[in-house]
Parts: sequence; C-alpha cells; structure tokens
Amino acid sequence: MGQTTLQTDSDPQGHDGAAVQASPVTIDVNQFGAGGKPLHVKSESALQDAMRRLVRNKAAVVGGSIIIILYVVMILADVIAPYPYAKQTLVHQNSVPQWLLNVFPTMQPYAQVVNDYILGADYVGRDLFSRIVYGSRVSLIVAIIGPLISLIIGVTYGSISGFFGGKVDNIMMRIVDVLYAFPSILFIILLMAFFRSTFARPDPGTFTYYVSQLDNAMGGMLFIFIGIGMTAWMTMARLTRGQVLSVREKEFVEAARALGASNNRIMFRHILPNIVGPLVVSETLAIPGYISTEAFLSFIGLGVNPPTPSWGSMISEGAQMIRTYPNQAVFPALALAITMFAFNFLGDGLRDALDPRLRGTQ
Amino acid sequence: MTVEQQPNVILQVKDLVKHFPITRGIIIQRQVGAVHAVDGVTFDVFKGETLGLVGESGCGKSTTGRTILQLYRPTSGEVIFEGKDLVRMKGEELRKTRQRMQMIFQDPYASLNPRMTVGEIIGEPLIIHNTHKGKEVEERVEHLLELVGLNPAFANRYPHEFSGGQRQRIGVARALALQPSLIVCDEPISALDVSIQAQVVNLLEDLQREFNLTYLFIAHDLSMVKHISNRVAVMYLGIIVELAPRKDLYADPLHPYTQALLSAVPIPDPNIEEKRRRIILKGDVPSPVNPPSGCRFRTRCPLAAEICAQEKPAFREVKPGHYVACHMV
Repeated sequence: MGQTTLQTDSDPQGHDGAAVQASPVTIDVNQFGAGGKPLHVKSESALQDAMRRLVRNKAAVVGGSIIIILYVVMILADVIAPYPYAKQTLVHQNSVPQWLLNVFPTMQPYAQVVNDYILGADYVGRDLFSRIVYGSRVSLIVAIIGPLISLIIGVTYGSISGFFGGKVDNIMMRIVDVLYAFPSILFIILLMAFFRSTFARPDPGTFTYYVSQLDNAMGGMLFIFIGIGMTAWMTMARLTRGQVLSVREKEFVEAARALGASNNRIMFRHILPNIVGPLVVSETLAIPGYISTEAFLSFIGLGVNPPTPSWGSMISEGAQMIRTYPNQAVFPALALAITMFAFNFLGDGLRDALDPRLRGTQ
Repeated sequence: MTVEQQPNVILQVKDLVKHFPITRGIIIQRQVGAVHAVDGVTFDVFKGETLGLVGESGCGKSTTGRTILQLYRPTSGEVIFEGKDLVRMKGEELRKTRQRMQMIFQDPYASLNPRMTVGEIIGEPLIIHNTHKGKEVEERVEHLLELVGLNPAFANRYPHEFSGGQRQRIGVARALALQPSLIVCDEPISALDVSIQAQVVNLLEDLQREFNLTYLFIAHDLSMVKHISNRVAVMYLGIIVELAPRKDLYADPLHPYTQALLSAVPIPDPNIEEKRRRIILKGDVPSPVNPPSGCRFRTRCPLAAEICAQEKPAFREVKPGHYVACHMV
C-alpha cells in the first residue's frame, strides 16, 4: 500500500497520489485512517473501550478493589485468621476487648474483658474475627458459583428457546413461567428442607451417601449451590431469550446465513458476542442476591452445617444476644453489607461501561 | 434435480409464492390468515445482466430477493439457479450453493456485526467455506478491500469507525469474497447519501464488468434503476405487473401502474419538467393480507373494467421481451 493515497468516499478512484504530492501543502495522508487515527493500529475493541470507562468510574473501582481484597482474604484465611474457626475456649465465652467496651458501653455490666480477640468471642468462646474471615468463604464462593450455574443453565436454555423460536420457544418459556410462579425463597426453603432430610442418614455406598459426603466435605455448601442454581437460572433464561430474539432479527445475522454460516457459528460468533454485555451486567447485579439468599438460608438454619462459619449463621447467633453483646451480630452484618455494596457498585459500573449509548465517551 | 435450462439463463423463478402466516392464540396457535408478500412471481435472469426490480414499499421486492436466496423458504414455486432447484435443496447442499449467490443488504449499519473487525467480516465467508487458510485469508481480505476502494490497513478496524458509504463497500467486499455469480442487491444504495449513491453504483458496475457478475437489483429509485439495469421488472402487491428491457419500459410503459409510477419521476430539465403530467392514483395499496380478486391493481386502476375483478390477467409477452399482466393491453 505504502505510497498510494488514502481512499475515502470522497475519492473512490483516488489512485493518483501525484496530485496530492504536488499541492503546496503536502500532507502524508497514508498515516491516517478513519477519524484521523494512525493506520495499522489494532483498533480498540468494545471490551477495551468498556474497560477504559469502567476504570474511570470511582465507585466501581472502589467496589472492585474491595472485592479483590475480600478474595485475597478468603484465600489467605489460614494466614490471616489468628485462631481456627472452630476453636472453643469456654472460659472466654462472650468476652470483649477493651476498645469494644468503649464503643458499646452498654456491654459494661455483662462483659468480661479479654484482649486476645480483636472483635471479641462468641457464646462458646470462638474468635469472632477468625470466624468472619473464614465465613467469607461461603459468601464469596456463592458469589462465583451462583452466577456460574445461572449463566450455564440460563444462557443455554434461553438461547435455545430464543434461537429456534416458534413452538420450541413457546413450550420452553411456559415451563419457565410455571416455575417462576413459585416464590423463589419458598422454593429454596422447600428444596433445602428436602435435601437435608433426604441426605440426613444415608446407607453407605449409595449415591445419596456420596452426595451427602461431598456436601459434608464442603461444610453444607453443595446444597446451597444446588438450591440457588435451581431458582436463579430462570431470570437469566428469560433475559437471554429476549436478547437472542432481538439480535436474531438483525441484518448481520441474515447476512451470515446468506454466507452459509451454520447455526453454531451464528449463535457463537454473531449472536452471543452481541448480547454478552447485558447478561454480564445482570449477573453481576444479581450477585448480592445470591449472597443474601445464602445468608438468609444460614440465618434460618438451612444453610451451612455448624461449626462451618457463614455470615448468615453468625448474624443469626448474634441476633439472639444483640441487646447484651451487639458486637456478635454487628460485625458479621457489616462484613455482609460491605461485600454486597462492593458487588453492587461494580455491577452499576459495568452497566454504565457496557452501555452502547455511552460508547467512545469519557 | 438438474433441470433443463437455456444456457444463458442463470436464474429462473417460477410461480414463486411466499405467504407469512398470521397466527393467533397463546399456547395453541392457529393460523387465521396470511400476508401474501409474494404471490406468484415468474421471471428469468440472464448471465451477466442486471435485472432491476422496482415497486413501492411493501410490494414484496425484498421478500422476493430473500426468498430466492432461501433466507425465507418459499411457500411454493421453483427457484432454479445454475440448473438446480434451490427450493428442494436442504442443509449442506444449500450451504455449499450459497458460495455462488450472495446478497448486498440495504442498511450498511445493521448488516455488519459490530463485534467483528472488518477483516473478520470479509474473511468470514472464506472460513465458512474453507476456501482459504491462515495467511491466505488475510491476503484475500486485503485484496478485496483494495478492490472496493478501501485501504487494506482498515482490516483491523470495527464497522462503527466507518461512514455509511465505506460500510456499504465492506458489505460489497464480503459479498464478492467467494466470487459468486449472482448477487442480489437489496436496495444497496437507498440508505446512503445521494452523493455516495453514485459512487457505490459505479463500484457495482465496475465489479460487474470485471467479474462478469449478474445482479438482481432491488430498488425503489426509478432513475437509479434506469441507470444500472438491462431489464426492469415492476412489482405491485406481490406480483410482477410488467417486465421489459429498460429502454422499452421507460419509453413505452404498458401497464397503467407502470405509467403512473414513471410519471412520478422528476425530469432534470425545467422546461420538460413543467410539462410533465403526473398520473395520481386514487386510494391506497390494498392490504396484502386480503388482496383484491382478479387483477391486483384494479382497485386503483383508471382503466378498470368488469373483467379485471373476475379474472387474473395473464403475464404475457406483448412485444419481444416485453411482458405485461393487464387485460387492457
């Protein structure tokens, strides 16, 4: 290409570089393409553009940083936590450090002061801080597994429904409608009650036995994942279906079909990349919901197995003594609130960053 | 599946019908009617020619184009392309045949995937049909970009960085990638600025000469069709009312609808333009859900007689190469 002139719409047959060179003001048009940007530069993709705008959003950056810190804490829990989460020191039950007594002076009449535990100890003398650190595991793993299950099931289901349309779509969506009609919290409670009773005392060697072993190994988290997974995919399936339906009718999909593209290619190369934005945003914004569902289940005693700590079960235990020892409920609640805020901020930031109307702006 | 065909005919459309069903009901859907988008269209396209297809909005020109390419499966009829009936073709065989026929779309903003670079868009047909590999794809893409008058260095850019005219050139490059013999141009210039229209049309003409392409050129701009076409077909409400060589049609339109349509074209000479007499049709286009009996045009035709309501006019050859569907001619 080198020395030919830049061919734009105003000069379609512009192979004549000499005319440009001969003019008094010589501009080497070869260096610039559309929008005056240098040629031969890999153009900014939609993703890069979104990232750029995401890092300009302060709330999203703060949220994202908190989330990163939380995950680091979760991974390094063994190093950070001063005590094992199940270690009981019965003589130190309901003890508080001195600084907490200054913050909550109402505890004065009841509390024994032990400065070994920075946030105090619970009703059996377990370190609250260590339990909050370990408790982040459940919430933060749910924050990954929840969207994952919901995306895998929901996007598969929704895109099949939307892509094939017609009768298939009609039947698949009516099934979702029926399932959606159940209040999801009630549905999860029923599921959990069912799991807990079915898998309570299985005979060794059976399938239920291995499932129950696996669940025990995960501290009771397996059933939480299944419960959340079974309810969360429906919203995603509906959203995906709607998005697929709208993109499917676009001309570029028709163009791909005219080129002879297979259904798979159309789905994965043309439709999915164009709907991934709204799906990611909606899933990020749904994460606080998953965290709170887990906390709620643990709060009512259907979540993780004791002594595995979870913020929900800690709040539940602390709530019983909130008048006497407020620290036992306040700190896990604070941890939960901060985590949910962080995910919300990140989700909002992502939504703004991926908004096509704001594309290319600062 | 091979059908006897005149050697110079590339595409034969016989009694092509496309009805879109209208359904009612939420769970159990029953058909309550149909939009008669294309209702029995017959024509031939000769190798290397440009057949213009004109008509007002909603008359079924685009549907005809898309049904020919099997983007919509026809309700009935035959589409014989290079000796094979596309209607009876399925799956892999049809996919392979798509190499030989391509389409240029109306809206250059909607017809390019915003998530793919220009190189990926133009290279896609090569990858789908496995004609080029690795480095060859890049080279071919660069060659195609040059061919349509774009800088080959643009291959890494995204469609939103281009103007409408440039985007349409990308669409043309994509259609050319596999060296097809037939290209259906679905109003390729109507979304473009007037100053850009001429460039794209000239590009299409240059490419036609260079690669011996056949165009089915769908448009509603009568003067543009006059410029580019060898023959012109006029559509009204799902049928072709008149088909003739360009000169014949513009000099001596026989169908009353064609006459009315041509009378609406402004003439770029104020003296003649002053004397131009417009034929104003009364009423609106009837609904394609429930088209009129007999002749489709009779509800608005100044010449309509009793026979027009009772009998469908035959599409017959009144002069060599000049076909018309009217009882009064």
